[in-house]
Amino acid sequence: MKIAVCIKQVVTREWQVRVNDDKTWVKDGDASWELNEPDAYALEEALRLKEKHGGEVVVISAGPSRATQVIREALARGADRAIHVDGDVFATADAFVAADALAAALKDEQIDLVLTGLQSDDQGFAQVGVILAEKLGMAHSTIIMEVQVEGTTLKVKRELEGGWFQWISMPLPAVLTIQSGINQLRYATLKGIMAAKKKEIKVVAAGATGAARQKITSVYVPQKSKQTRMIAGTPAEAAKELVRALREDARVF
Amino acid sequence: MKLLVIAEQKDGILNRASWEAIGAAQTTGQEVKVAVFGSAAHAAAAAAELKAADVAEVIAAGHAALEVYTADGFTQAVVALVTDESPTHVVFAHTYQTRDYAPRVAARLDRAIATDVIAVKEGPVYVRQMFQGKVNADVVLEGPAPHVVTLQIGSFRIDDLKKGAGAPVRAIEAKVDASRIRQKAEAPFREAKQAVDLTQAERIVSVGRGIKAPEHIELAKQLATAMNAELSASRPICDAGWLPMERQVGSSGQTVSPKMYLALGISGAIQHVVGMKGSKTIVAINKDPEAPIFEIADFGIVGDLFEIVPAIINELK
Repeated sequence: MKIAVCIKQVVTREWQVRVNDDKTWVKDGDASWELNEPDAYALEEALRLKEKHGGEVVVISAGPSRATQVIREALARGADRAIHVDGDVFATADAFVAADALAAALKDEQIDLVLTGLQSDDQGFAQVGVILAEKLGMAHSTIIMEVQVEGTTLKVKRELEGGWFQWISMPLPAVLTIQSGINQLRYATLKGIMAAKKKEIKVVAAGATGAARQKITSVYVPQKSKQTRMIAGTPAEAAKELVRALREDARVF
Repeated sequence: MKLLVIAEQKDGILNRASWEAIGAAQTTGQEVKVAVFGSAAHAAAAAAELKAADVAEVIAAGHAALEVYTADGFTQAVVALVTDESPTHVVFAHTYQTRDYAPRVAARLDRAIATDVIAVKEGPVYVRQMFQGKVNADVVLEGPAPHVVTLQIGSFRIDDLKKGAGAPVRAIEAKVDASRIRQKAEAPFREAKQAVDLTQAERIVSVGRGIKAPEHIELAKQLATAMNAELSASRPICDAGWLPMERQVGSSGQTVSPKMYLALGISGAIQHVVGMKGSKTIVAINKDPEAPIFEIADFGIVGDLFEIVPAIINELK
């Protein structure tokens, strides 16, 4: 089975987001970067499916050259080879642009199963996997918590709202978007890191990208919808004032 | 402008978020139609509820192949109706079902889509959250109509819904080629026994990534006991197995609205906030002063929870 995993490099969750000077994006020149968390779970799921059924895991990322970092990491964790669609445009691209680029790079790869995270930590569209499925003509399902492959049939557990789930079957090839927590992540071993250096990263220039459908006109820190009373002081002082406020002002006890 | 709202039903019962989408569409002052898809009986039952809204028409689009939701079935049916009705905007509530197929509808129509929109400004300009809710972005959609828009649940108020004298209902047969539906869906089920009903709790202490290690859960438990509160968690804590799934608050867990919700080391990602923003008093304790949780908190303390929590427990004694 040939599995493609679409990954994205995003700023780390701890990084302090600052809006850039022309208020169209964030000042990420000094940011630290990591593999988008749901994509890490998608990669792990692909590695487990390969261990069970054999085949190949190909990671693919549409991103600027800095995305090499997460591609190397994915190879170190066990992916067999990588495709990097390299272009600065992908740093802020909408889901159509990203899905177009991924579809073009994957269409001749004879992929059986495409996995990706359900959404990214940056723009959070939750669209790329689904649009990619349409562009590749594959069936899809989203927010997946378990994947079983039986021959050419896929059986997946889809998460619904409020603690409900549902089993869905579909034929391969297919695209699944993976929910965080589907498995326990592995981390790269020293051996994996060394092995990754010999693995192939095919770099494809972005070329003419598809038309953007969404334009960001302004980025800003949200206005508070509530008056928040920030309680300062030492831990003991803050604790004392909080308990007093909860008792006397908010009357929660 | 001509808006088509796609309502959502399950077994003939309307998803309440559909009312929010209709109310939001009504605020444009333009023509609004509502369509609901399902088996003929389910679509008709939901339409009977929907006609209370002040809208131009309710379309009950029924087909046996739509009895159970599938991405392929619903994509075909919605694309066909949008093509027939040619609205300028197709509006959904951003439910898990919408997330599953609305992008595919947009891709098949080859039209723009904005997902998880929290507000709409003149233009229309859509407001979306980015970077886990740390910033908002104003976005415009490009290219020809229709544009597809999905609205974050809870961002548009049901109170804004205008009721009417009874909208006309038109039952149609949805256009679906059942042989082109690839997914086979089984009946939904619940995994956890839901032994813990957080929705009834008056006070909740909830832990997030800031708790750092499973051995620290005990500290949160002590605080919950001191506050006579239930203990809950954000998703990563349950994913890691530090607390059972049944104690998860958020879009994939329980939705709660207690008198007090104390968020301990929870940054406030959208998926968590939708499950607790209805709480009466929200307290946030976090080391990051820019954590989005402070946006919705009534009381906030910036600092090390491992110092602050013992101090609170001590204060409550």
